[in-house]
Amino acid sequence: MHEMSLTQGIVDICLQHSGGQRITTVVIEIGTLSGVVPEAVEFCFSACSSDTLAESARLEIRRLEAQGRCLDCSTLQPVERLYDPCRHCGSYALEILSGEEMRVVEIEVDD
Amino acid sequence: MCTTCGCGPHSDHHHDHEHIHDHEHIHEHEHTHGDQSHSHPHPHSHDHDHGDQHHHHDHLHDDAQPHQHSHDEAHRSKKITIEEDILAKNNRLASFNRALFKEKGILVLNLVSSPGSGKTTLLERTLRDLSGKYRCAVIEGDQQTDNDARRIAATGVPVKQINTGAGCHLDAHMVMHATEAFDLDQLDILFIENVGNLVCPAAFDLGEAHKVVVLSVTEGEDKPLKYPQMFHNSGLMLLNKVDLLPHLTFDVPQCKEYAGRVSHDLAILEVSATSGQGLDGWYGWLERELGR
Ligand SMILES: Nc1nc2c(ncn2[C@@H]2O[C@H](COP(=O)(O)OP(=O)(O)OP(=O)(O)O)[C@@H](O)[C@H]2O)c(=O)[nH]1
Ligand SMILES: [Mg+2]
Ligand SMILES: [Zn+2]
Ligand SMILES: [Zn+2]
Ligand SMILES: [Zn+2]
Ligand SMILES: [Zn+2]
Ligand SMILES: [Zn+2]
Ligand SMILES: [Zn+2]
Ligand SMILES: [Zn+2]
Repeated sequence: MHEMSLTQGIVDICLQHSGGQRITTVVIEIGTLSGVVPEAVEFCFSACSSDTLAESARLEIRRLEAQGRCLDCSTLQPVERLYDPCRHCGSYALEILSGEEMRVVEIEVDD
Repeated sequence: MCTTCGCGPHSDHHHDHEHIHDHEHIHEHEHTHGDQSHSHPHPHSHDHDHGDQHHHHDHLHDDAQPHQHSHDEAHRSKKITIEEDILAKNNRLASFNRALFKEKGILVLNLVSSPGSGKTTLLERTLRDLSGKYRCAVIEGDQQTDNDARRIAATGVPVKQINTGAGCHLDAHMVMHATEAFDLDQLDILFIENVGNLVCPAAFDLGEAHKVVVLSVTEGEDKPLKYPQMFHNSGLMLLNKVDLLPHLTFDVPQCKEYAGRVSHDLAILEVSATSGQGLDGWYGWLERELGR
């Protein structure tokens, strides 16, 4: 289950930036086409953060809608699944512009 | 400590790879680095020059150096803006690998599939057929065993085993250290057999030129739709075990159409690793990729 290693990555990034202070909130962004299941990240987060400064931090997950551009008719559009056709012309030649990313946005720490 | 990967000293660590630092800084926020010039505890010969004394590294943040971050002071809690890709560390090491492979002129392919699609069989056959033509090596990813590595070793090709234990994918760091087992100046093609898993390896760039997804006709034609990430991220799909088609109801055109939906410019070749059918197309593809 690779959500485990990804979540470990999230916790590592937070700890590196926490300046040794207790982390109260972690905000991450997950693109809808990243292949990552938010519930699984939530589940892994408590395991990965236990016994660290991020233990008991609140995890806020923001979903990022994916955007694509049709290579045939150039229409910009939201993309729900990687195999969806262009909403305008039906072509499958959609270039994914965003929505595959996973990012730690910010944290809040005790001051 | 190795500043490229952040590991402690390794007994058999080549630092060849330490000196192609043309990768860029991925972080979006500001950092202050102590300006340390780069030195390694062990002497080594460099096979090329570096122009600068100070190696500009992507650091790994395990250093104790201060970061400048925006401080939104609010009562007793402080907001720290990070904006860092969760895969940044892997991507950084993958870029590092990619630059190394490019410099050495090696075609590196990451073979991905569900368990049992025929990756190892295909490699055994390919390595035997191409011996004498190309100098190949193989990295074998496997959770527990070294069965596949032993099968590859029997072909006479250098092979390095990575056991991932519970890990369901290879990552760039594992590959970076595995390549230390080879003399990269003596290689044309490096095949990486990933852990049999159509989900997790899709997210982890290893620094390969392409992912090659192997799908066997016994798995069903809908796999590209069920595991779109993997097919979307691959540069070639090998439809394997086509020798079995007469015994199955597998719909080849339907499968190709599904794959095309997920990745409109995916190259697809029909092969049989056991009968040899279609392998000329695969070898032709390799030759074209090597020529790039
Ligand atoms: N009929 C037929 N069988 C094949 C072909 N390629 C592989 N096989 C068989 O499929 C089985 C699995 O092959 P492997 O090469 O071990 O598959 P793999 O993808 O390396 O498996 P893992 O490493 O466990 O994920 C073996 O019994 C092979 O003999 C093929 O082209 N045709
Ligand atoms: Mg295998
Ligand atoms: Zn996994
Ligand atoms: Zn269109
Ligand atoms: Zn994409
Ligand atoms: Zn190193
Ligand atoms: Zn390392
Ligand atoms: Zn140096
Ligand atoms: Zn930083």
